[in-house]
Amino acid sequence: MTARPLPAPDARLTWLDRLRARPRARTALAAALPVGWVTLFLFLPYLLLLIHSFWRLDEHQTIVHQWTLASYRRLFTTDVYPATILFSARIALSVTLLSLVLAFPLAYLLAFKVRRYKNLMYMAVIIPLWVSYLVRAYAWKIILGQEGILNGLLAQLGLIHEPLEFLLYSKWAVIIALTHIYTPFTLMPIYAVLEAIPPSLKEASQDLYAGRFQTFLHVILPLSLPGVLAGSTFAFVLSMGDFIAPQLLGGNDSGLMVSNLVVSLFGVAYNWPLGAAVSVVMLALVVTLLTVANRLEERFNYRGKRGRAAKTDALAAVVTESRA
Amino acid sequence: MSTPIVELRSITKRFGDFVAVDDVTLAIAGGEFLTLLGASGSGKTTTLRMIAGFEQPTAGEIWMDGQPIHALPPYKRHVNTVFQNYALFPHMSVWDNVAYGLRMRHVAKPEVAERVDAALAMVHLETLGGRIPRQLSGGQQQRVALARALVNRPKVLLLDEPLGALDLKLRKEMQLELKHLQTQVGITFVYVTHDQEEALTMSDRIALMRAGRIEQLGTPREIYERPATRYAADFIGETNLLPARVRAAAPGRLTLEIEGQGLEVPAPSSPVTPGQEVWLSVRPEIMTMVDGSPPAGHNSLEGTVEEGIYAGSLTRLRLRLPGGGALVLHLAPTGTARSAGAHARVAWPADRGVCLVA
Amino acid sequence: MTPSGRRDWLSRGLWLVGIAVFVFIYAPLLVVVLYSFHKSRIIAWPLQLGTLSWYGVLWHDRGMVAAVVASLKLALLAVVIALGVGVPGAFLLDRYDFPGKALFQRLVLLPLILPGIITGVSLLTFFTFIGLPLSAGFPLVPGWPVVLGHGTALVSVVVTQVFARLQRLDRYQEEASMDLYADAWRTFWHVTLPNIRTALLGAALLVFTLSLDEIAVTFFLIGRQNTLPLQIWGLLRRGITPEVNAISTIIFVVSVGVIVVWARLMHDPQGAKA
Repeated sequence: MTARPLPAPDARLTWLDRLRARPRARTALAAALPVGWVTLFLFLPYLLLLIHSFWRLDEHQTIVHQWTLASYRRLFTTDVYPATILFSARIALSVTLLSLVLAFPLAYLLAFKVRRYKNLMYMAVIIPLWVSYLVRAYAWKIILGQEGILNGLLAQLGLIHEPLEFLLYSKWAVIIALTHIYTPFTLMPIYAVLEAIPPSLKEASQDLYAGRFQTFLHVILPLSLPGVLAGSTFAFVLSMGDFIAPQLLGGNDSGLMVSNLVVSLFGVAYNWPLGAAVSVVMLALVVTLLTVANRLEERFNYRGKRGRAAKTDALAAVVTESRA
Repeated sequence: MSTPIVELRSITKRFGDFVAVDDVTLAIAGGEFLTLLGASGSGKTTTLRMIAGFEQPTAGEIWMDGQPIHALPPYKRHVNTVFQNYALFPHMSVWDNVAYGLRMRHVAKPEVAERVDAALAMVHLETLGGRIPRQLSGGQQQRVALARALVNRPKVLLLDEPLGALDLKLRKEMQLELKHLQTQVGITFVYVTHDQEEALTMSDRIALMRAGRIEQLGTPREIYERPATRYAADFIGETNLLPARVRAAAPGRLTLEIEGQGLEVPAPSSPVTPGQEVWLSVRPEIMTMVDGSPPAGHNSLEGTVEEGIYAGSLTRLRLRLPGGGALVLHLAPTGTARSAGAHARVAWPADRGVCLVA
Repeated sequence: MTPSGRRDWLSRGLWLVGIAVFVFIYAPLLVVVLYSFHKSRIIAWPLQLGTLSWYGVLWHDRGMVAAVVASLKLALLAVVIALGVGVPGAFLLDRYDFPGKALFQRLVLLPLILPGIITGVSLLTFFTFIGLPLSAGFPLVPGWPVVLGHGTALVSVVVTQVFARLQRLDRYQEEASMDLYADAWRTFWHVTLPNIRTALLGAALLVFTLSLDEIAVTFFLIGRQNTLPLQIWGLLRRGITPEVNAISTIIFVVSVGVIVVWARLMHDPQGAKA
């Protein structure tokens, strides 16, 4: 080896080197942009929304900057608002349950029964999530309309003589469309959790005389709970927050969900304080739901730290491919 | 020691309430192979990292070649590290990995090429320059890490348990190779390991660390044959620690009472008083079985054979002593077999037993 | 029934359900695509394939083209903002501790967790409060409020993706780099950056795609110029024309292309499976 030595590195310190030795200054520098931006464009806006909900609109259609609970009072006493919130919750619940029923078997299939091309198949299930939300909602208009595909097919098959009117412009259309859109969302965390179950657990169960159904009931199902909870939470929250499907497919009786209220209050029905109050109520509901779901997930997370990591990854994945 | 190449002056490192390194002072000579030996949590790795610059001492100073370096960042110290998990850059070829330090030092291109080729040749990886780390075996990766560090001709090379991930046979080969390399290249090596056999094989000196302090500093022979504490005696190699009481003290010699008998042993470095409780460390391999009375200059004890475990090159025989304690000795394969329950007497040269106070 | 017979029945049932769900997920998309070639103006059963005229209509629809351009501009700017704020944000969360870190972490994730309209109306009240008109910056940008709001809402995506990758980095590599005489900046450039490159690209692609499809936040912040989804939304509310099918099909094809690229990036062996 070359015996010629190399000179020692330059020992003079630049300002950057000195900064390295001062952790507080480094933290401040690193935090300046992200924290500053997030404070300005996230924290303040959310705060402002909250504040707006405590203001009110006066007769001249101006927003009065006075602390009052008038907007909340109006919200809770006028029938249409609580009724709409409840209606939205019921729809969201239906969507959640339906998505679960659809997503779980497919997730199970993918996780346990598909050997080759597992990744490809999974990708295939996820792809629709990336296709425009509008496209997917609008497709149901074509399918469910009076002259739509479903009616046309049924008529051709001789099953009906007159087009089924209840299909489109009803709450069924909204539920079906939302289920179609959010089922892949529900599937992702369930798949992630099922995938993480080591095959040796199934084998151990069968070694201990449990049949396939019993193995499913006593081993797979409990272990899948965190994923099920995560998936349902997202289906519910996203459905509650949806304003396009109701308007497109809900017609007169089912066209109004909570988010449509907000849209109109910030638009034509101009009443920002009231709109803010509705938003805050929706936000409170969502946060409560998420907290409860979180607690439940932790309780049912039998796989410990590693399981939690898998679930969080799934969560991150679901959440990043989210919402219109 | 003429100007030591690295001097740790009363360095302490605290992580919150936890004291990882506690007021350690150490002088490392140029060209020596020094090992920091200890169990996990003993502070050996933290000490190494402070020399490298990845941790700042909470108190104390680090000097290298007569200059204080404790305020310098790692990239300004003429020190290089071989990491436990090698930390090779996965997105660069072997050649680029090795060239990295030289390029950061703005060494001229032709010189970089010359030095890198030489470094790769030194670790016998000349043909693998184009590969990326993922394509190499553990042993090969380890050698790349070595070349990557050595090519920079640092004043001191720091090695953090570099052989831990290798299987036994490979590890033993690499131990010898590293030792030869160090002698050949002449650079000071500071080596961290928890494997006492490794430390004994490779080092010029060993600093045995425990709970952030240096328990004992010395050559392998000194530490093995003259351990300063029970911990040192027990950590390195196998030993029997016999509880004893001081009967009489004379200059250079002690009479200890063990198992009701009086045995004469060399005096320890610290003074003792009669009646004090001490321990006698007797290594298994210095004992032999005797029939009848032991030879002159030997101490002996008798007991009942409990069990013998065959271990290939030797048999471990356990003897139950009448006072309740036990002795383990190593029998050579050619030794006479002893059956369980038989009475036996063992003897060892009195000078080789070590009396320990702490 | 023999045990093996029952097993087949259960298995077959499962497969049937699974495939049915799969069809349920895809069929509507297929419908839209097929009807973009439908011969009649009225979208009804039965399907009459055989024309590309709707794509032609699309091509000449000025409003639609302007909307596409606006969407692309918005998406690019959103990527710039999301990366510019999100990457430092991810590093901040990964490497530093500071008072209020937990709050910051929750705040950054909120736009992802909450329904989009809440973020949308919040931003609307904010920009109104500070007096920035929705059309500010037009025609250079579709409007500063929508650009800023959009980018901010998508910062979360970058933060989660890059943070996840940072957590998986071998910290010792950066130490090794500094051990080999590279200071913090050169270490970042030569060692850290190459290792997170695919995560950065993936996040950028994700932000771009999500931005193109974003409706909720955009709806409240948009000024004079519509983005593509809003333009389609407008068409839909007036009544369906097959032109909508045509643009939807194009969006579908492009989306599939994007996700294939993204999947490739995410399975890059260099960075290991993300």
